[in-house]
Amino acid sequence: MPIFSDTELQEISELQKRYPEPAATLLPVLWRIQDKRGWIDSDAMEEAAAICQVPKSHVEGVVSFYTMFFEKPMGKFHVQVCTNVSCMLCGGEKILDAMKARLGVANLERTPDGTFSIEEVECMGACGGAPMMAVNETFFEKTSPTEANEVIDTILAKGEIPTPKFVQQMPELSEASNR
Amino acid sequence: MPDYPKLILPDIANLRNIDTYVKNGGYGEAMRKAYSMSPAAVIDEVKKSGLRGRGGAAFPTGMKWSFMPKTLQRDRTATDKKKYFLINGDESEPGSFKDRQIFEFNPHQMIEGILIGCYAMQIDHAYIYIRGEYAHWVRMVEQAVADAYAKGFIGEKMKQTFKPSGDGVEYAVDLTVHKGAGAYIVGEETAMMDSLEGKRGYPRFKPPFPANQGLWKMPTTINNIETVANVPVIMKMGAEAYSKIGDPKQPGTLLFGVSGHVNKPGVYELPTGLPLLDIINKHAGGVPGGKKIKMVIPGGSSMPPLRGDKLEGVLMDANHLVEVGSAIGTGGIMVMDEDTDIVKILTRITKFYWHESCGQCTPCREGTGWMLKMLRRFEQGLAREGDIDLLHDIARNIEGRTICALGEAAAWPVAFTLERFREEFEPRVKSGLELHSPDRVHAFRKGGLEPVQVHVPVVVRT
Ligand SMILES: Cc1cc2nc3c(=O)[nH]c(=O)nc-3n(C[C@H](O)[C@H](O)[C@H](O)COP(=O)(O)O)c2cc1C
Ligand code: SF4
Ligand code: FES
Repeated sequence: MPIFSDTELQEISELQKRYPEPAATLLPVLWRIQDKRGWIDSDAMEEAAAICQVPKSHVEGVVSFYTMFFEKPMGKFHVQVCTNVSCMLCGGEKILDAMKARLGVANLERTPDGTFSIEEVECMGACGGAPMMAVNETFFEKTSPTEANEVIDTILAKGEIPTPKFVQQMPELSEASNR
Repeated sequence: MPDYPKLILPDIANLRNIDTYVKNGGYGEAMRKAYSMSPAAVIDEVKKSGLRGRGGAAFPTGMKWSFMPKTLQRDRTATDKKKYFLINGDESEPGSFKDRQIFEFNPHQMIEGILIGCYAMQIDHAYIYIRGEYAHWVRMVEQAVADAYAKGFIGEKMKQTFKPSGDGVEYAVDLTVHKGAGAYIVGEETAMMDSLEGKRGYPRFKPPFPANQGLWKMPTTINNIETVANVPVIMKMGAEAYSKIGDPKQPGTLLFGVSGHVNKPGVYELPTGLPLLDIINKHAGGVPGGKKIKMVIPGGSSMPPLRGDKLEGVLMDANHLVEVGSAIGTGGIMVMDEDTDIVKILTRITKFYWHESCGQCTPCREGTGWMLKMLRRFEQGLAREGDIDLLHDIARNIEGRTICALGEAAAWPVAFTLERFREEFEPRVKSGLELHSPDRVHAFRKGGLEPVQVHVPVVVRT
């Protein structure tokens, strides 16, 4: 089964016009694959190689270099907890421990039902909202073990990621004038 | 508190909306001014403003731009080289979270800065590279770029929208947003070029410098997000007025990201040259519980840390920080109170650089691993006599012996923390004991990174 429909291939070839070489669209193509499939398997790498006109070994090298590309299936909800300095100072490790205990899986492993996976991540650029956790692309800043557990509760109950309670803002703006 | 100018993050709600931005003077006066000057004159103006890069090294921006070949777009022949502008939104240095505020609260000012930069250097295509973890913010910027295209501020339509006057020339540029996929090292300028080309992000040897051979071996300039966001301000108020804001040697405002043990962490836009203690105490609300400060890292985790008892009189700008033995870096201020375990913090920082080393250079690849192993011994109170000096020695031997500055980024925190906080490390040394065992190496190797306690005869040092 080819990964991309004709329309999607058309979109990719439009994107390739923005770069002097098709190889430059490898990251965007890999992102599209991972967004559709959740991870990047050997067949997908072959397809990416063909689209970007690079050897498959090149694609393998690239996939393994970047931490956000997965070479095995991850949970539908990928829980990322930052333990870098600012988060560590504010209790990031406690959140990691709470999540590990709750989900019962090791780093970069997923739960048997495939719902969750967990990753201890490096600084995600949310240090002003430390400690932070992210589920897929959603950041939960100024969080706590209790709130992290509530996020998991909501996902289990509703099957979707809740809206974060805290959003980073410009300190000068009042909440009302923001967003 | 005095009323400081807000140049990058003005106090206007919903600026991300292109109509709000235009209503507040966006894509207007600054562009008109640029288009009334020759490209070379725009570069001169940026030079005169004294603007210095906000990506870490505080390199003079106007000078960087002047390294690019000067051919005008309209004069270029098919055989001429293309030129590129690369905008660095990788923002992965721990303690840095300022560029994200620009993506969210004022992306059009960044775009306008890129357009003016492209005009000044007569570049055809600019790429904004944003870290993959910022997926949300990537979408915001993509939307902003699409809006600007639709209004005719970017692309071929620019030629109608912005009419040159005076010494100005007709000109058009394309702008593409590129999303990264998780790799700190890609923030390094040449690694970013490799990454954008669809490769693993490996830093390149310099020379050749990017202004000669950058993206696809073509002349390329790379700037940080915050750097380019300053350019429309300079155009509007003029270099002269801009150069009078803040510290004369690094004028303008900085987006200080304050994190760690403060009551009000966040990004504060303040002029350069303000006292560090004012930023921490007056703006960021001081330390919780009124505790004393033990350590401050003033510019992101790779910058030399300062002692809490030596913060009086420290001013936050590139030159003054160098005088007190640190650097401005990304302006990410990390505050640690008196109860912080400095050994643990340094171990965590070192783990980060070990994890992020791309592995091309032996001193960086091996040195970061050795430092981490030794620091884990300190963490557990199992360090050996002489380990402090040995660790210091390893750090000093990485410096200057690597392809890129990640070597320094890993070495500086270790070397300077040991020099400035030696008393934190001494109690972690197994006092007075030195292991003498032919099997020592193996004993440690068996344990992998975690040192194992070896039960072998020990000799008491006299
Ligand atoms: C290891 C390493 C990581 C870096 N990460 C970033 C980064 O995330 N963002 C950034 O703007 N500059 C980063 N830099 C600095 C860039 O190499 C480059 O100097 C900067 O983007 C130039 O922009 P400026 O002149 O506007 O400061 C990094 C440098 C090194 C050595
Ligand atoms: S210094 Fe480190 S990160 Fe930089 S090129 Fe060498 S090994 Fe790679
Ligand atoms: S240290 Fe956790 S987000 Fe920066």
